[in-house]
Amino acid sequence: MVTYIIRRLIGAVIMLLIVSMATFAIFFLVPQLAGATPEGMASRYVGRTATAETAKLAAERLGFNDPLVVQYGRFVKGIVAGAEYDYGPGVEECPAPCLGYSFITRQPVFPDLMNRLPITLSLAIGAAVIWVIMGVGIGVLSALRRGSVFDRAAMTVALAGVSLPIFFTGLVSLLVFSYGNPFSFAAQGGHYTTFLDSPSQWAYNLLLPWITLAFLFAATYARLTRAGMLETMNEDYIRTARAKGLRESTVVTKHGLRAALTPILTVFGLDFGLLIGGAVLTESAYSLPGLGKYAIDAIVNQDLPKVMGVTLLAALFVVVASLIVDLLYAVVDPRVRLA
Amino acid sequence: MTAPLDVPGSATEADPEAVLAGADRKAIQGRSLGQIAWMRLKRDKIALAGAGVIVFLVLVALFAPLIVKFLGHPPLEFHREKIDQSTLTPTGAFGGMSWDYLFGVEPLWGRDIFSRIVYGARISLLIAFLATLLSVVIGTVLGVVAGYFGGWVDTVISRAMDVFLAFPLLVFAIALAGVVPDQAFGMSGDTLRVSLLVFIIGFFSWPYIGRIVRGQTLSLREREFIDAARSLGARGPYIIFRELLPNLIAPILIYATLVIPTNILFEAALSFLGVGVRPPTPTWGGMLAEAARFYTVPHFAIFPGLAIFVTVLAFNLFGDGLRDALDPRGR
Repeated sequence: MVTYIIRRLIGAVIMLLIVSMATFAIFFLVPQLAGATPEGMASRYVGRTATAETAKLAAERLGFNDPLVVQYGRFVKGIVAGAEYDYGPGVEECPAPCLGYSFITRQPVFPDLMNRLPITLSLAIGAAVIWVIMGVGIGVLSALRRGSVFDRAAMTVALAGVSLPIFFTGLVSLLVFSYGNPFSFAAQGGHYTTFLDSPSQWAYNLLLPWITLAFLFAATYARLTRAGMLETMNEDYIRTARAKGLRESTVVTKHGLRAALTPILTVFGLDFGLLIGGAVLTESAYSLPGLGKYAIDAIVNQDLPKVMGVTLLAALFVVVASLIVDLLYAVVDPRVRLA
Repeated sequence: MTAPLDVPGSATEADPEAVLAGADRKAIQGRSLGQIAWMRLKRDKIALAGAGVIVFLVLVALFAPLIVKFLGHPPLEFHREKIDQSTLTPTGAFGGMSWDYLFGVEPLWGRDIFSRIVYGARISLLIAFLATLLSVVIGTVLGVVAGYFGGWVDTVISRAMDVFLAFPLLVFAIALAGVVPDQAFGMSGDTLRVSLLVFIIGFFSWPYIGRIVRGQTLSLREREFIDAARSLGARGPYIIFRELLPNLIAPILIYATLVIPTNILFEAALSFLGVGVRPPTPTWGGMLAEAARFYTVPHFAIFPGLAIFVTVLAFNLFGDGLRDALDPRGR
């Protein structure tokens, strides 16, 4: 078990390295390949108003003329040990986990991200609770009553669900249940109250985003669970369990569902990791000021360091989530080889 | 003891098809996998409906200029006379819907929504098809190479696929689509944005096909017909192209059909977020983004939303049907 954990940890670290390289490539290599000059990049980083002369100076001081390896080294060093940006008019401090420094708002990105994280986290956790219960529940029932009216209806709705983009369902849900319409019970988008301030207001504001987001994922999970359950319930050990005289509920939950859940756990880990790295579409549709909205607003303002920060943080979450899933896998599914 | 079988005439010379002579006198024919699949598909009315919608949408996209000429107005033409200048919303009921403007007009500028939906199909389908093609090519090549050669080649490619699948795709795609300037790689405007989106979407979704192809190749590699080909002196390229690939067409086709709707949603999402094809070129995602600002005019959101939904659903239905037809085990 210990060697397994160590192997997974090493894998996660390698993954993080690759992700940091990819992020670096997106923000420093791709623009150069696309024909951006160091001066042009520098002026995009320090704000667009820079004159040719100051842009050149900034490019020099920010090191955009250095070889890529040196730039990458500095990028990683900034994450680990913090960085200082001497861009001409002054020196800007960016303390330890320096995921970038926004020259537009003149602030390091990391504290911003930490302010936005609770919002995205609230959204993701609430939705995850709903979609796992709904998706897995409906999937199991559909599999057990295969071919029934319930199964057909549920799978039709699920198929429609995976075909609907969230930025459309989000919009429609706001049109129907908010904006002062006859059915309006839910909050309009754009409001967020912290859980500590008022749990009820927190839930009220997030209710619509939760349901919409959960609907999308529940549809996918219901389809996955149904397929998995249909497969496992045909296994020989299920017959054995029934032959032993176990109650049907025990057979379904302990023998069937447990095996069917393991692949879903993997998917869930990735989905959840991706979501807390920025539920970009949901947050945009409901104007929730989370990480995803932060990234999109930054793109609109061409504030690249902020986008870079979100990208790195999102990647970190995915890596950590898949690490946790790998470790849980060994606990949930006894068939997993630990070697 | 009686004879175990009472066969009249010369049994050894009996024509096996003679059994059918009494039935309907049709000769037994060998059926190829494709024919069997087609027969199953023909019976699947829902999948056929999906296919019908897909054909319809492709025709709409191909003949967009013609359709708009007869049923609409140019997609970039302003019709301010259809807009109430005090509220900036369309005059007339249902967002200005009429025989002249089938789906009504946009708030603010009064552009014809019908024409923009029709032209939006072009961008949506073009990007989805090309991106799928790209991911199928990359995925098939790398999947076959990984599965056929094995060893360290397989390890490297498989790890790469793991890394790609674990990437925060949307955030990366947004970042990538956001950092590329308006003129790059010798292209500009719509051409650049479309190629960029095709590259981003295709490049990030190849591992889904790659994994399937690799798995199939691994199991096919051990089959007798590959051994037979090798014993006849066939070498790597011949085996890959003439023996493996024909057997991989079914799974590749299935997953390609199922990847297209994902890619349509992906493109719509990027356009919705403003990093896709730039306005004023009409895209369904872009129209939804604009509709979000005009929630007093619901019809503006409904049509692009329905367009995405119907397209994606059609591909999903057809893909599911195709999978059931080509690979009945998954039923």
